[in-house]
Amino acid sequence: MATQSIDGPKRGSLLSDQRTRAIVFQALAFFLVAVFFIYIGTNTARNLEALGISTGFGFLDSPAGYDVAMSLIPYTATDTHGRVFFVGLLNTLSVAVTGIIAATILGVILGVLRLSKNWLVSKLVYWYVEVVRNVPLLLQILFWYGVLLGLPRVRDAIPVFETMFLSNRGFYLPRPVPGDGIGLIIIAFFVAVIAIPIIARAARKRQEQTGQIFPVFWTSAALIIGLPALAAIVTGFPLTFDYPEKGGFNFKGGMVLRPEFVALWFSLSIYTAGFIAEIVRAGIQAVSHGQTEAAFSLGLKPNWTMRMIVLPQALRVIVPPLTSQYLNLTKNSSLAIAIGYPDLVSTFGGTSLNQTGQAIEIIMMTMLVYLTISLLISMLMNYYNKRIALVER
Amino acid sequence: MSDAVQRVSTPGVSDEVAIQIIGMHKWYGQFHVLKDINLTVRRGERIVVCGPSGSGKSTMIRCINRLEEHQQGQIIVDDIELTGNLKNIDAIRREVGMCFQHFNLFPHLTVLENCTLAPIWVRKVPKAQAEEIAMEFLNKVRIPEQAAKYPGQLSGGQQQRVAIARSLCMSPRIMLFDEPTSALDPEMIAEVLEVMVNLAETGMTMICVTHEMGFARKVADRVIFMDGGEIIEQNEPEEFFNNPQSERTQQFLSQILAH
Amino acid sequence: MSDITQSNAPGQHYPPGEHPDLPPPPGTVGAIGWLRNNLFSSIPNTILTLLAIYFLVVSIPPVLDWVYFEADFEGASRTDCTSAGACWALIDVRLKQYLFGLYPSDELWRVYVAGLVLALAVLPVLFDKIPFRKILLVNTLLLPITGFYLLSGTGSGPDAWLTTVETPQWGGLLLTLVIGVTGIVASLPIGVALALGRRSNMPVVRAMCVTFIEFVRGVPLITILFMSSVMVPLFLPEGVNFDKLLRCLIGVSLFSAAYMAEVIRGGLQAIPKGQYEAASAMGLSFWKMMYLIILPQALRIVIPGIVNTFIGLFKDTSLVLIIGLFDLLGIAKTVITDANWIGLSHESYAFVAVIYWVFCFGMSRYSIWLEAKLHTGHKR
Ligand SMILES: Nc1ncnc2c1ncn2[C@@H]1O[C@H](COP(=O)(O)OP(=O)(O)O)[C@@H](O)[C@H]1O
Ligand SMILES: [Mg+2]
Repeated sequence: MATQSIDGPKRGSLLSDQRTRAIVFQALAFFLVAVFFIYIGTNTARNLEALGISTGFGFLDSPAGYDVAMSLIPYTATDTHGRVFFVGLLNTLSVAVTGIIAATILGVILGVLRLSKNWLVSKLVYWYVEVVRNVPLLLQILFWYGVLLGLPRVRDAIPVFETMFLSNRGFYLPRPVPGDGIGLIIIAFFVAVIAIPIIARAARKRQEQTGQIFPVFWTSAALIIGLPALAAIVTGFPLTFDYPEKGGFNFKGGMVLRPEFVALWFSLSIYTAGFIAEIVRAGIQAVSHGQTEAAFSLGLKPNWTMRMIVLPQALRVIVPPLTSQYLNLTKNSSLAIAIGYPDLVSTFGGTSLNQTGQAIEIIMMTMLVYLTISLLISMLMNYYNKRIALVER
Repeated sequence: MSDAVQRVSTPGVSDEVAIQIIGMHKWYGQFHVLKDINLTVRRGERIVVCGPSGSGKSTMIRCINRLEEHQQGQIIVDDIELTGNLKNIDAIRREVGMCFQHFNLFPHLTVLENCTLAPIWVRKVPKAQAEEIAMEFLNKVRIPEQAAKYPGQLSGGQQQRVAIARSLCMSPRIMLFDEPTSALDPEMIAEVLEVMVNLAETGMTMICVTHEMGFARKVADRVIFMDGGEIIEQNEPEEFFNNPQSERTQQFLSQILAH
Repeated sequence: MSDITQSNAPGQHYPPGEHPDLPPPPGTVGAIGWLRNNLFSSIPNTILTLLAIYFLVVSIPPVLDWVYFEADFEGASRTDCTSAGACWALIDVRLKQYLFGLYPSDELWRVYVAGLVLALAVLPVLFDKIPFRKILLVNTLLLPITGFYLLSGTGSGPDAWLTTVETPQWGGLLLTLVIGVTGIVASLPIGVALALGRRSNMPVVRAMCVTFIEFVRGVPLITILFMSSVMVPLFLPEGVNFDKLLRCLIGVSLFSAAYMAEVIRGGLQAIPKGQYEAASAMGLSFWKMMYLIILPQALRIVIPGIVNTFIGLFKDTSLVLIIGLFDLLGIAKTVITDANWIGLSHESYAFVAVIYWVFCFGMSRYSIWLEAKLHTGHKR
């Protein structure tokens, strides 16, 4: 072989030899995989026939016949499995989205605190991260669910500020009831949202011309809080609250967060926050000390240095692993099944599967949902990475 | 804002003194890294600092714009004393430019943005004007054609020249250089030194930590030799090189001039 | 010139070059200096410190009371626990289940032996400077076989050497370790194969590997476990069925192999092209090049990533309780449904949490240690 490759004229034949080998190898691999799939395909068909299960998605239109404890869209037991799918999907998304928000806020705060010069705070965060990351999430979910179920019964619910009640049946919270004029507050909010970019652009233009720096951030914050507040005052606070009231064995009014939701959301948030804290810490530390020093020596103040030098560079390091944490959180929300939170996997992938026996269709559909989310996010990610890639030679 | 800055003496009285370091000591933990440093730099003076690695040269000049904090003694820059007072630190950093061994350009900004960032956000210069100034200095360091590129696309020598231009855009009264050429290949050293020589000819007050003895002979008003955290010897370049007083200086010079 | 520099400098003067090392001014080092620098360097910092101290003062004593000072350690049921704190009697009574599930008591010695074999098998992998490393490595290679026969037995008759213990009887920490170790042992080679496949220049192979990796990484483990428990029986010909544990092992291994593949791919990408070229120039074949030159370097670079995947895998073993296996967490969940111990979820979960934590934290510490060691090796 070795002599052949040194030999000039025979090189071509060696190359073609390698090429044929590659083709043969790939054909073989393809053939084996195909055989494998055909084999399990025929087996499955035969098994399903023996079990009397007809393949297809007809079951989606048949009534589900079971109740779902929490639903964002109207649902009754007479609705179809197809509707259960959406109920479950929405429940998955709602715990995932709220979890992502909470995990991000907590994780960023913890990551920054971890870098604090304060030894005690930094150590506390270190141990938080080490504890939370090294205990299985499912265990944490079960633990917190156990804690919530250990709360007093509804009759002895713990009052918080006399308006909220904690019990083993859930957290009873005041429910906001919009009154007349709520529209104005919403309009005021959107006016603020629209005004901010306009102000930002005007401020930039003015700065480019005169050099004057306009405090865009604080102005925006003031607008987004101030305008709706002003509208609220003008309309006489049209938002009232429906407070939960104890009545016999249950609460009347208000709204309730089920312990399943709270346990799942809380565990997902604190677990993922541990990972995010590490990502944020590593991202900020990845910006070399020289960058801050250079900015300081140019006279930039620490907060400007953070905003214009450190953060833009740290974000390149932070965002990719951060999105994969978001994906993990979304996938981990499927652990809902262990405590009976009605997410996609536990309703559609669990109860519906047991009732219809359409294992293949249901598992495939469930997987497809997660795959779609993953693919969408990674496409966004690739776009982002391309956009921010540092230009190097 | 400069009203709040605490001036040591009324401006004009000591106009000819740019930097004054009096009995300054610094420790890293228990390690006594700078010992009783006394140094006066007159305006327009060009000083070269040399000495073996680890002798405290970087630490000393980094104390001047308070990238490092000293624990004892006084540092007075432009009549402003460096204390914990943040206003003083800001004021001094605006007057003192610095170039680093590893350039420390901002990789996410173009060359032009690197140069205009501080003038826009610290000096509040209108953008167009800041860009004009930046182009002027990029011209002076002879890389105006690279303005739209990112630092990662430039050679080391070009990056260091951008770093010099970036500092100059803040129109500093004093420039500090910490081994600006020691991370560069020989042919790039020449181009950076040339820029520094030109800068020296404009009358800028400069403190350069460098081992480029040719540069020292050519532009320095004074050469300072440091060892073990102390200033061992300082003299005019001719005297310093031809007639070194202390044994350690002789030893150091013989090593450095040997090759 | 020197008269300017020498003037009005405070403190004692020494001739140039003879200044002694002095101690730093008081208050900048030592206990007080440390406190000032690390806890009270500024007003916000002081507030943070006080908040942290407040948090510790409020949270630590109740936890200590619950765990120890007001806890009960003995008893036959929860009614024997009369104090306000934890009821550790549960752990005391049910320890065997936590560790081994329903593994028959008479045969437990086999688990102990298997544990010893495992410990001896792990040692030479973790540390390269231990005595008898070669012999121990042989033991490591044989671990899948010895472990399997020790735990599951050789036959069921009365004259069988080791009586069969069916896998449904395995449980607790034993089962967790079986799944974890199998996953770790299987996922590394599969992961290497997938990573090489993904970087191969054969389009069909590459496409298959990419599809597999991205598919597995895109779905939750629980759906894969469902697949292995509900769908796999459908895939098999009628009458053929295999062990639930084995199906689950395959699911877990393939799952972590996909993650492992991505970690290893990162390592392969970090190897400079020159290494491939140099190896080819030496006349090494593809497999020899990979085995001798590329993989040792690539794997070394990504040791932290590999260990992280192991930690993730070890934590993920707990998911098998959802498909009805009684691993450590499964036992913890089941034990508290016993009428004698009902409601003791805090104790049960806290106990197994500590076990999981020790394993995972140990692994992460080991990876940090190893990384530091390899790093210094590089510098030298
Ligand atoms: N951040 C630091 N912490 C502790 N010691 C340091 C630190 N920075 C520098 N040193 C030590 O201080 C001494 C002087 O360093 P430096 O000023 O960088 O020397 P030079 O620039 O002359 O080579 C060296 O011995 C170095 O090890
Ligand atoms: Mg130095």
